[in-house]
Order: sequence, then C-alpha cells, then structure tokens
Amino acid sequence: MHNKSVAELSRQLEGGKISSVELTREFLDRIKAEDSQYNSFITITEDQAMADAKAADEQRAAGNASPWTGVPFAHKDIFCTNGVTTTAGSKMLANFVPPYDATVAANFRTAGAVCLGKTNMDEFAMGSSNESSFYGPVTNPWGLSGSGKRVPGGSSGGSAAAVAARLVPAATATDTGGSIRQPAALCGITGLKPTYGRVSRYGMIAFASSLDQGGTMARTAEDNALMLNIMAGFDPKDSTSADRAVPDYTATLNEPLKGLRIGLPKEYFSDQLSPAMEEQVRNAVREYEKLGATVKEVSLPHANLAIAAYYVIAPAEASANLSRFDGVRYGYRCEDPQDLSDLYTRTRAEGFGSEVKRRILVGTYALSAGYFDAYYLKAQKVRRLIQQDFINAFKDVDVLMSPVSPSPAFVQGEKTSDPVTMYLEDIFTIAVNLAGVPAMSVPAGFVDGLPVGLQIIGNYFDEARLLNTAHQFQQVTDWHQKLPQ
Amino acid sequence: MTISREDIEKVAVLARIRLDEEQIPALEKDLGNILSLVDQLTAADTDNVEPLAHPLDAVQRLRPDEVTESNQREAFQAIAPATENGLYLVPRVIE
Repeated sequence: MHNKSVAELSRQLEGGKISSVELTREFLDRIKAEDSQYNSFITITEDQAMADAKAADEQRAAGNASPWTGVPFAHKDIFCTNGVTTTAGSKMLANFVPPYDATVAANFRTAGAVCLGKTNMDEFAMGSSNESSFYGPVTNPWGLSGSGKRVPGGSSGGSAAAVAARLVPAATATDTGGSIRQPAALCGITGLKPTYGRVSRYGMIAFASSLDQGGTMARTAEDNALMLNIMAGFDPKDSTSADRAVPDYTATLNEPLKGLRIGLPKEYFSDQLSPAMEEQVRNAVREYEKLGATVKEVSLPHANLAIAAYYVIAPAEASANLSRFDGVRYGYRCEDPQDLSDLYTRTRAEGFGSEVKRRILVGTYALSAGYFDAYYLKAQKVRRLIQQDFINAFKDVDVLMSPVSPSPAFVQGEKTSDPVTMYLEDIFTIAVNLAGVPAMSVPAGFVDGLPVGLQIIGNYFDEARLLNTAHQFQQVTDWHQKLPQ
Repeated sequence: MTISREDIEKVAVLARIRLDEEQIPALEKDLGNILSLVDQLTAADTDNVEPLAHPLDAVQRLRPDEVTESNQREAFQAIAPATENGLYLVPRVIE
C-alpha cells in the first residue's frame, strides 16, 4: 500500500478495499521502523492519527466522504496545528503548542485527511539542505549506498524525504526561494509552488512575507493537483490572499499538450549547470516535443541579479518577522533574565541558530539608517525588473522549462562552511519567488544514481496548466516511479 | 564589501541579539561575503524603475469595522513563559 499514490489510495478507500485505520497503521509503522535513518519527522502524532482514521472510516461508512477522507499525509512543521507542537525547526519554538490551526491545516482537517505528524525543516525555512534544523539534519533516501549521506535539499527537506521514502504519500511544504522545488528535485518527487497568494499564509510561520508561499509535495502531478484542490483559495485571514476562483485542478490533467509553447531561458542553461544535468533536462524537453509542444529559447535578462535581490529582501523581511520572538508571549525564554534587555538579547541569542542570526543581522543592516535606499529600495527596483522579464517571456510562451538545481543532492557538510556557497544552490529557483509566479519540480532523470528535477514555470495563476504539463510527462515517463534502494 | 566590527555590534543591538566576543570574527567574514554577493545590485540600471513590494501589486484590503473575534486570552496565555492575573510577566522595567 505504501507505494501507492494518493489517487490510488483514495480509490482503495472508496472501494472498501482497505480502511483508513489499516492504512494509517501501516504508514505509522513504516515511520517508526525507518525514520531513524532519515530523521524526516520532528513530531509523530500517532494517537491523534489513529483517532482521526477511525473517524474517517465512520465518515466513509456514512457516505459522506471527500477524496481525502482517511488518506494519511504529513505537515511541514511550519504550519500551526491546534494542540500539536509546531517548531519551525527552531529551538525557539521547541515548546510551542499553537492554540489554533493554520488555514492549510484546517483545510486538510475539513477534508478528512489523516495527519501523521510534522516534518523536519531548515530553521524558520532558512536553508537549502535541511542542515540548519535544531532537530538535526535530514538524510536523503537516495544515495545511501554511496560515499557519505546526502542532503534532501531544503528547506522542506523533511517533507521531501518522507514522501521519497514512502513514509507518507503526500506532505505540505513552503517555498520562499526554492524550498519546495529544490528538495523535490533532490529527492526525486513532484512539488508545486503556487502563485504568491494562491494558498493562505495564515498560521504558516512567517519568514519573508512577500515571498512565502505554501504548496504541495507528492510522488505524482495528479496527487499535487488533489492537494492544491483543498489548499488553494481566498482566505480573509491572510491580507495578501488572492481573491480568485479555484478551478478543479484534476479536471484538466488529461488535456493534450499539442501546441504547448515552451520557452527555455538561456540564462538557466549557463556554465553553472553541469553538462550531465543539462543533458537530462534537454532530454525531458525532447519528450515534450514528441507530445506536440514547440520549443524556443527565451531570455530573462535580469536573472543573474535574482540572488542578490533576494538576499536583501528576504533577510530584511525576516528581521522584521522574527522580531516577535522575544521570550514574552510564547516560545523559548532564557533562564533568569536580569532585566528586560537581557531577556530579549539572551533569549534570541540562545533560541536562534547561526543561519537565522546571520539573516536577521543582514536584514537589520539593510534596513538601518543610511543603508535603506542603497540596499532595500534598490533590491525592490531590481525585483520589478525581474518580474518584467517573466511578464515579457510569457507573451510568447505558455511555460518555461529549466533545471531546478545546478547539481544533484550533495553530501552532508559539503556546503555548510560558507553561507554564500549554500545560497547559490537556489540560483535557478529564486527569481520565481521574486516575480510571484508558480513553478513545479518534476522528476526527469538521474545523474550518478541521484534524481534530477525539471523546473516548469507558469504564468500567474496558471497552476492548472503546470499540473497538466507535468501529468502528461508522467504518462510517458517513469522517473517519478523510481524508488530509492 | 566589508563590514566592520563596530557595524556588527551596532546591528546586533538593533536586532536584540547578544553576541559573544568570539562570534564576531566569523560574522565579519560571513556577513562580508553576503554583502559582497548583494553588491552585484549596484550594477543594475534602475533609473525610472518603481520598487516592487508585492508581486501582484495588491493594496491592503479593508474589512467592515465589526467585532469578529472572541477573547481567547486564557488559551494564548496558557503557552506563555510567565503570566500573573492575566498579564505577561517580564523583569522589572521601572524601579
């Protein structure tokens, strides 16, 4: 059962072939038996999951089921879950039990899905390897037999590893600069970062509010569509939520791709990309040509400035968002504070890890008197130029295709000594967040036995087309069905 | 781009993060590297370009001025480090 997709499990439940209690038990047993080698979960909610599974079976028996009723899944530990510890991968929130549900968590609850626990992540979603988590690094299920354990990517590394290891069929995730697409690529699964504002940010612990977006991870594009069906939509509790109708994302999966116009941004096929990676991506594009798509080269002329703009805007927003962690209302508090200043400064020094502190300091610097125009305002202007690049490109093509990451999963510890080396991991993913457009990572081959992701970027609110484009590829390829040994 | 020890100390005060003396040399190096990366921005021609704060250029939505939330003080304070009589406790501020 654990190798089946969400769509298949949903049909099994619908047909009475298996109960949610049996299914939930099987996945919980797998987590308990196998997760010690991946560390993909921070919290396992066994008792709650079994109770929810029982309730789901009763709901099905009463003829009152949704496609998700009784299907197990996991939440990235950045989504607040009522009564369940939510850490954001930080010591700061080790004892934080939210008194409310994130809108995304409420959506899954309403749909009757069974949450098995909370997945590991880079601290406050700041990282590309899951090595900044206070709860220890996550190990990629791929490449275990090679020379050293490999990272799953980040920041949603726990969700990606758990899905790849088939500990859950699907998991929620978030993407601020590549945190869904890069781990999905490195773990050989399918992930979608929707348009900014498509999925509510309410109760999703904030990193950089103008970039953060919740999204989906599963093995197939179809399962991503099933997830987005219950996650997308307007939420009055999120001031930047998009007030637009939500289509049924599964309804258009089978549309033919004949005539699809694909653009290949030449800046994303640069010398930063290894030839072996490029070959896999080009092979995938050739599959699309066989399906009737046309391909042309396009340009995103400001793409080379995306990392620089991001590393002003994201830390600046983070420094403001993370000012709320002060040891007063919730979360970590230092022992025996001498005065108010000591309470603040020691709580934050002890509660935050080193990458989070670096970003808060950079952001505070960029926003401080005398530097605001040179850094923050300048970066926002460059952000406009980057957005304009995408708007121009989508005048001529329907989707853009590129690699997700410059190389496959790297060995743990390889990029931790210099933060800038780690930042360059997101060189092909970050511009998408600055522009706010949706993008996916789809399994598209292997290099040295490690998965390679194809990035498919869409126009604003064109998630249905992205999912259709990915689904059709998965009808003629089997990269997404390969399993780590 | 380099960042001085004085700048780092000043920013740490603004960010309310206590730094130990031995952390500063590594921060000088790391923050200097990050700021060097960011300095690529100076090469961009941004004359007559409007800054972009929100990808959809949305404006703040307003709602009717009605009471929609109930008071949940007890639920919120149940997870606080220290409270007394419905108040959050911090070290003495005024002697």
